[in-house]
Amino acid sequence: MPTLSEADSKALLATHGVAFPPERKVPTADAAAAAAEQVGLPVVVKLGGDGIAHKTERGLVRLNLADVEAVRAAAAELLAAARPDDGEVHLLVAPMQRGNRELIAGLHHDEQFGMTVMLGVGGVLAEAVADVTFRLVPITETDAAEMIDDLATQRLLGDFRGEPAVDRGALAAVLLGLSRASEADPSIVAADLNPLIVVDGAPVAVDALVEVAR
Amino acid sequence: MSRHPVEAFRALFEPRGVVVAGVSSHPGKFGFVSLHNILASGYEGTLYGTAREAGEVLGVPILDSIDALPDGEIDLVFVCTPAGANPGLLRACAAKGIRAAFIASAGYGEAGEEGQRMQAGLVELADELGMLVAGPNGQGVVSPPARLCAQIVAPYPPAGRIGIASQSGNFISSFMNYAVQTGVGVSRAVSAGNAAQVSIPDYLDFYADDAATGVALAYVEGVPDGRAFFDRTRAVAARKPLVLVKGGATAGGQRAAASHTGSLASDDRVFDGMCRQAGITRAATIEEAYEAAATFATQPLPKGPRTVVLTTAGGWGVVTADAIARSSLELTALPDDLRAALDEKLPPRWSRNNPVDLAGAETRDTIPEVMELIVGHPDVDAVIYLGLGIQSNQAALMRGGPFYPDHGLERIVDFHERQDARYATTAAELSERFDKPVLTATELAITHPDNAGPAAVRASGRLCYPSANRAVTALDHLWRRARHLAVR
Repeated sequence: MPTLSEADSKALLATHGVAFPPERKVPTADAAAAAAEQVGLPVVVKLGGDGIAHKTERGLVRLNLADVEAVRAAAAELLAAARPDDGEVHLLVAPMQRGNRELIAGLHHDEQFGMTVMLGVGGVLAEAVADVTFRLVPITETDAAEMIDDLATQRLLGDFRGEPAVDRGALAAVLLGLSRASEADPSIVAADLNPLIVVDGAPVAVDALVEVAR
Repeated sequence: MSRHPVEAFRALFEPRGVVVAGVSSHPGKFGFVSLHNILASGYEGTLYGTAREAGEVLGVPILDSIDALPDGEIDLVFVCTPAGANPGLLRACAAKGIRAAFIASAGYGEAGEEGQRMQAGLVELADELGMLVAGPNGQGVVSPPARLCAQIVAPYPPAGRIGIASQSGNFISSFMNYAVQTGVGVSRAVSAGNAAQVSIPDYLDFYADDAATGVALAYVEGVPDGRAFFDRTRAVAARKPLVLVKGGATAGGQRAAASHTGSLASDDRVFDGMCRQAGITRAATIEEAYEAAATFATQPLPKGPRTVVLTTAGGWGVVTADAIARSSLELTALPDDLRAALDEKLPPRWSRNNPVDLAGAETRDTIPEVMELIVGHPDVDAVIYLGLGIQSNQAALMRGGPFYPDHGLERIVDFHERQDARYATTAAELSERFDKPVLTATELAITHPDNAGPAAVRASGRLCYPSANRAVTALDHLWRRARHLAVR
C-alpha cells in the first residue's frame, strides 16, 4: 500500500477537520531558515517526500532548532541525506511543540469489522502500556467522548506535572475528523497521528501518515 | 431485518405441534432422548414421531413417513435423521405445512468438504421451501412458556425472561443450569449449531421484539460479517439489554476457536470497542454473563451510579467498597438527612457512613426500617444488601442439633427464619416500590441454598448473588447500560 508524504497526509486529514499546527513546506535550506522565522523559533525541521515513511528511524527529523543558523545547517544536512529512491523531497518547518504527554490516534482496517478509529496513550512506552481503544467508523460525538473515557490511564488526562488537563473536546474533534476522513475517502486504509503531543492541554498532531489503496 | 418472518420463529419457539424425525427406541440415542425431553417438560401440543417402522415410543404415535402426519397441525420438526435423508424429509415436512425445523443431525459444515456441500444444499433447500432451519449440528430448542424442551441434552429450566442463543450448545446447558440453580428463568434458548441458515443475530433480532423475552444472552466465537453483526446487534441492544460473551478473546482462545467453530479473530480491543459502541453488555465469563442477564431480567435499571451498601458486618462492607471503587459505580457519601434519619433508628456504634454497617445493632424491625430509609432516599440510585441468612444459618444448626425443639429452640428457629424471609421480601418490595435496583448477596445462596434468606430471594423471583463482588459486577453492567442509553 502506498503512503502519502507527511505534508499530503496532513492536507488530506485537514480537509476533514483534523487540526494541525501551521507549518511550511519549502525546497531549500535558505527557504527553511526564512520559514523558521515566520512560524516562530524554536522549530522542528523534517525531510519529506512520497517515498519517505520512516523519518525518525532514518534520522530525518531535527528537533528544537533555536536559531536560523541551526535551521539552515540542519536543513542542508537533511537534503544531503536524501536517497535516490526517495524521489522528490522537500523540507517541513514547524514550530517546536512541547508537552510531557503524548497520545496516538489513527484509522485502522480490521479484517472483520472494517475501518476503525483508534485512540491510545503514546510515547516511548506506548507499546508496552497498550492502553488503546477502538470504535468502528463512523463515530458520533458520544462515541468519541466514551473513547476518551475508555483509556485506562485517566490520570494522564487530568492536571499533570504543572500542565492543565487534556482538552477533551479538542481530542474528540481529532477522532471525529479521522472518522469523517475515513467515511469520505474509502481509499484510506490506515492513518496515524503519532504523536499527538499534549501542549498546554491541547492535543497537537505533529506527524501524520496516511496509507491509501491504489 | 431478519430474513425470517416472525411467524417462522413462532413455529420454532411456540409450535402447535412437533414431530421428531428419526425416533429410536434405544434410550441412549438422540431420537429417543429428544422425544423423552419433550414429554418430560410437559409439552401440551400435538406430538408425533417418525421412524423406519411405525409403532409407538413412550406412548407417542410413531409413523413410518411424514406423509402420514395430519395436515396443518404440526409447526416444528426436530430432526435426528442422518444428513443424507434430510432433504427429502424437509420437502415432505413443508408439504404438511411445517414452518420450522431444528436439525440436531451432524455431518454438515463441521464434517469436511462433503459436509460443507451438504450444508450449502440445506440452506438452499430451506430458502426454497420458505422454512426456518435451525442448526444443523445443534443441541436443540427450549421454550418454557410453551413448555417445550426439544433438545438432546438436559436441563429444562424454569420459565423466565432470559432469551438465549449460543454458537456452542454446551453453553446453552450451562446458562440453563444456572437458571435451574438460581430460579431466574429462561424464555427461549436455542443452540445455533453450525448456524447455516439462522445466525445468532437472527435469533437476537427475534428476541428483541419477543414479548416473552426481557433480556437477550448470547455466546459467540466468530463473527463472519462484522459490520452486519454490529448493525444488527446494535439494533437489538437499542430495544433490549443484550449480554454477550465472546470466546477467543486471547491468542490462546483464538486458536481454540479456530478449531472449534473455524472462527477468525479480530483484535479483541476492536471487538470490545464495537460492543461499547453498540450498547452490548460484554461479560468476561459465563457466570458473569448469566448473572448480568438475570439482573437485567429482574431488577430495574439504576438512574445513576450512587450506590449504598447496607451490611450487618464490617468486613463485607469494606470489600464491597473496594469492588465499587473499581467499577463505574459510586460509593456515594451518605446524605446528611439520611444519616440523621438512620441515627434515630440505630445505636451510636453504627458506621455513620457508606457502607452502612449496622455493627450488630439490629433488633426486630431494624433492617426493614433502615432499608426503606436508604432505598427511598432520592440521592440513592442503588442498594446492595449484605448479611442475609445469618440468623437462619444459626437456626439450621439449632434445628439439626441435639437440643431441638426444647429450651425455646423451636420458637427462636422459627423467628430467625421468618426474619430472613422478611428481609428478602422487603428488599424486593422496596425495589419495586421505588423503582431502584436492590441486590442481595450472600455465599449462603450456594453453600446453603435452602436457607430461608436466599430461598425467599428466589421466591421473590430475583437472583441472590453468591458474593458482594458479583453483585457489584452485575450492578455495574446495569449502570453502564443505563448510561449508554441516557447519552444517546
